[in-house]
Amino acid sequence: MDPIIQIDNVHKAFGQVEALRGVSLEVARGEVVVVIGPSGSGKSTMLRCINRLEEYDSGHIIVDGISLDSAKNINAVRTEVGMVFQQFNLFPHLTALQNIELAQKVVRHRSSDEARTTAMALLAKVGIPEKADAYPMQLSGGQQQRVAIARALAMNPKIMLFDEPTSALDPEMIKEVLDVMLALAVEGMTMVVVSHEIGFARAAAKRAIFMDSGLIVEIGPPEQIFTTPVEERTKLFLSKVLL
Amino acid sequence: MEAKKPAVPAPPESELIRIPGAEPSSRIDAWWGLFVGVVGLTIALVIFKPDPYARIVQFVRDGIVITLTLTIVSFFLVLIVGLFGGLGRLSKNRLLRGATTLYVEIVRGIPLLVQLLYWYYAFPSIVRALGDSLGIPAMADYRASAIGTAILGMTFCYGAYMTEIYRAGIQSIPKGQLEAARSLGMSYFQSMRHIILPQAVRVILPPVGNEFISLLKDSSLASVVAVTELTRRGREFMAATYMPIETWTMVGLLYLIMTLFASRLVAWSERRMQVER
Repeated sequence: MDPIIQIDNVHKAFGQVEALRGVSLEVARGEVVVVIGPSGSGKSTMLRCINRLEEYDSGHIIVDGISLDSAKNINAVRTEVGMVFQQFNLFPHLTALQNIELAQKVVRHRSSDEARTTAMALLAKVGIPEKADAYPMQLSGGQQQRVAIARALAMNPKIMLFDEPTSALDPEMIKEVLDVMLALAVEGMTMVVVSHEIGFARAAAKRAIFMDSGLIVEIGPPEQIFTTPVEERTKLFLSKVLL
Repeated sequence: MEAKKPAVPAPPESELIRIPGAEPSSRIDAWWGLFVGVVGLTIALVIFKPDPYARIVQFVRDGIVITLTLTIVSFFLVLIVGLFGGLGRLSKNRLLRGATTLYVEIVRGIPLLVQLLYWYYAFPSIVRALGDSLGIPAMADYRASAIGTAILGMTFCYGAYMTEIYRAGIQSIPKGQLEAARSLGMSYFQSMRHIILPQAVRVILPPVGNEFISLLKDSSLASVVAVTELTRRGREFMAATYMPIETWTMVGLLYLIMTLFASRLVAWSERRMQVER
């Protein structure tokens, strides 16, 4: 295994609340990992530690050979790690195209032409080239999330993190976003996905992780985790999620 | 072809529900009425009663220029001070945050008039005393320029108010915006410049416009520190002629014309921002 993400015994507390209580995980290059667990189990916090949107209290995280233990290298790591949020977080004052262009120009120092070409190609890839000049508020939730994915991809990340990317979407829009994610997985993108979309996990993920109260409880192939979980807590959780 | 007859005849217009504020007449808003009234009155006074009104305008003309200069220069500086103050108030650095908070709290608690008097009379004495004891001739011979002091004092005071406006504006932008920008690898300042501030500006434009109008009016306080702006020129005219009613009527009208213009400018720029989204 050639790990691109190495998380070693990471602890993180918000005041009195311990969000992570010693989490260790390695993710291989090109692997897709799906993280499930009840709310407050620390899955989002773990994800946010991987690009240091959250600082952790102890332990080590190494992403693509770069240590995240100090703030020194964060911008270098962040350009390699794309992130997609539950609430999309598109920039409302910029068009879809400008959303995708901005960081390319500012961070990657690409020319306007190059940034535009990349942005248009990515909009085509996520299936909404005709929305290039639309502002986020003119787009549906599914379209916004696809622009957000394109925005992250424009930086040519080696890893993509998804923090409940479909939780804020209406049911009929979930599939269009999952299709884009599935295509990415097929292309060999390394992905860590916090999501309860069991169908996506089965189709795309190599491993599923069940987290509860700040710990990784169980890791295994999605099929095994979802059908024959070993741990009692996993069974209990799945019995509530899988109907 | 026969025109289709509507099943129910349309009610006469007088019976339609009236939506307050939607009448065509009210679209020509109150501002225009007031503006035309005020400008008309001013012009009428000057034309039909040139003595003393035309004389007053003639006399205070240079004061108007100074009032406008004072206001615009100070406002420009206030915008810069407020930006850095606002960023300081939100800084993770405790020292920076403490210093800007102290600045805001002190300045907000002292009347602008007292601050101006302090900058004009007390501050130069302090500088001179310091220069004497340190043996720095440039400081020992320091003399305050009236207009420079007024700009300094007004900027210092309004900078504190503007600091709070910027802070509130930046805080009104959802946290996810900064996170999205940072997760794309943008630095804190790049995120501020490209993502947070362009959105915050739209939020703070109305209060910033109010500050401009307040600043314009408060520039009259500079008259106590020997700046020959509009109010001071008014006082000089009154002292020479003893015509208080005419003098202060005209000075009031001139201020009103300027503030009405300013409020229109604010409304216009707000609308422009809306269209640009």
